[in-house]
Amino acid sequence: MMIDLKTIKHISKLSRISVDEKKAQKLRVDLNSIFEFIEKLNELKTDNVQPLTSVAETTLKLRPDEVHSHNLRDEIIRNSPEDNKDFFVVPKVVE
Amino acid sequence: MNSITSQSLTTLVKNIKNKKLSSQEVTKAFIERSEKSKDLNAYITEDYANALSKAKKFDQNPNFDLKIPGIPIAVKDLFCTYNVKTTAGSKILSNFVPTYESTVTQNIWNEGGILLGKLNCDEFAMGSSNETSFFGNVKNPIDKDLVPGGSSGGSAAAISGHLTPITIGTDTGGSIRQPASFTGTVGLKPTYGSCSRYGIVAFASSLDQAGPMAQSVEDCALLQEIISTYDPKDSTSIDFKRNSLSKELTREIKGKKIGIPKEYRVDGMPVEIEKLWQKGIEYAKDCGAEIIDISLPHTKYALPTYYIVAPAEASSNLARYDGVKYGFRSKGENLIDMYEKTRSDGFGEEVQRRIIIGTYVLSSGYYDAYYLKAQKVRKLIKNDFDHAYKKVDAIITPSTPSSAFKIGEKTNDPVSMYLNDIFTVPVNLAGLPAISIPAGHDTKGYPLGLQIIGKAFQEQELLNIAYALEEKINFKNKVNDWWIK
Repeated sequence: MMIDLKTIKHISKLSRISVDEKKAQKLRVDLNSIFEFIEKLNELKTDNVQPLTSVAETTLKLRPDEVHSHNLRDEIIRNSPEDNKDFFVVPKVVE
Repeated sequence: MNSITSQSLTTLVKNIKNKKLSSQEVTKAFIERSEKSKDLNAYITEDYANALSKAKKFDQNPNFDLKIPGIPIAVKDLFCTYNVKTTAGSKILSNFVPTYESTVTQNIWNEGGILLGKLNCDEFAMGSSNETSFFGNVKNPIDKDLVPGGSSGGSAAAISGHLTPITIGTDTGGSIRQPASFTGTVGLKPTYGSCSRYGIVAFASSLDQAGPMAQSVEDCALLQEIISTYDPKDSTSIDFKRNSLSKELTREIKGKKIGIPKEYRVDGMPVEIEKLWQKGIEYAKDCGAEIIDISLPHTKYALPTYYIVAPAEASSNLARYDGVKYGFRSKGENLIDMYEKTRSDGFGEEVQRRIIIGTYVLSSGYYDAYYLKAQKVRKLIKNDFDHAYKKVDAIITPSTPSSAFKIGEKTNDPVSMYLNDIFTVPVNLAGLPAISIPAGHDTKGYPLGLQIIGKAFQEQELLNIAYALEEKINFKNKVNDWWIK
């Protein structure tokens, strides 16, 4: 199956990655060669196989639902790309 | 080479405990050697001043009951370190300072380790040559034109070049074992669930494992014993009986059954790799092991399966990098435009490619054909190993289908780059432990590794076999310090 340019642009949109024409073309070539290699899996009949979702064959442990607050607000905010000591700042979303 | 930096971890620990060396002497020696290693580009962040003050503090009030008292250690820059920049080799995290410490690194500091710095790696651990790092490629201490392998390329170069006595890497599809093989060093990928993933920048959560990289099997055993703990902060951490790996280490492997999978004899494999494998088999026999031919029939489907599962998980894990709460941000006309530009400018080419592959295989209409199919084949691959382990205790294969390749040789062909991991990827899909030990040189004089794969949670047995073979092989790494002028 060939992946076309329209699909590449759609998937890039879903991935929230901007692509121009040149980048989309390059991705199309790379993805088609990668998927040609992936298509090998179609040789296998897997109708009756249970999918493996985790190799750790244990049931998840329960823990008490407790709050562990370390009061890190300032340290966390300091990593934010837009300077503000109280909030995370994003471009305007409400008109 | 300075007499301190040529010592193994085990020897350094002994010398510090016997007060023949101080932590400051050891730390200074590794800092001096690291400072001369700029041409290797193994470090992203150096933390030398803090390391020295920690060493001084240790010497003033030493605790010799610790397992690695006052030992300096550089770690892969995928482990979050409190208050020390953690980049994952990416522009998007190039200014990120964690407010918490990964469990694995915390375990190392608790036993007396001292952070020396953060080591270069492929961006988000996606790569097999350390060429995808935003901070530039790492060079192989064996030869300046060679890649060190990846993604833990900085870690492997730092061990091979004696910039740190021991280090940790992470292995999602071979990222510890392949670079270990390319640099003539030892690398262990533990059983899935053995080392906590808490605080490790996530790539593919069902495959990622942290593990030790060292000069010797003995050093590897000691570090693994330190980093492997049950951790409630990682829901996939497993609570099992952990051995005192370094204390219980023995070369007595008589009667162990070792499997040789015929499917690893791939087309186009160089004769020298085949010879190396045969040599490994002979050594195992010399140690009293019994060699048994086995079959892992789905081996050839492992890489295609991996290149669905890993990008799918990556596309989900990397959705968090949106330029809002931390990391790099590009200006955008509106929120969506800001997201798209941030991710396009902040991620490198390989990372974007994998996010897009992952998004595609998870998208409506393709999920069953790709992702579900891959999960089913993953089950078949695991079944192969389960079946083989009814007959054998461990499996021996080559670590990689070739020795280290040249910088730039495979950067334009993603599939040929992916083929590097053909022998290592099945182990991650099945969640098993495996170690790469250096086993010889090819005709160019480049190191080659052998991979030993163990049963889940049987790290002790795996290390014992590696320890026995290591003595027989008696490998000597050819590092000529080319980067020191």
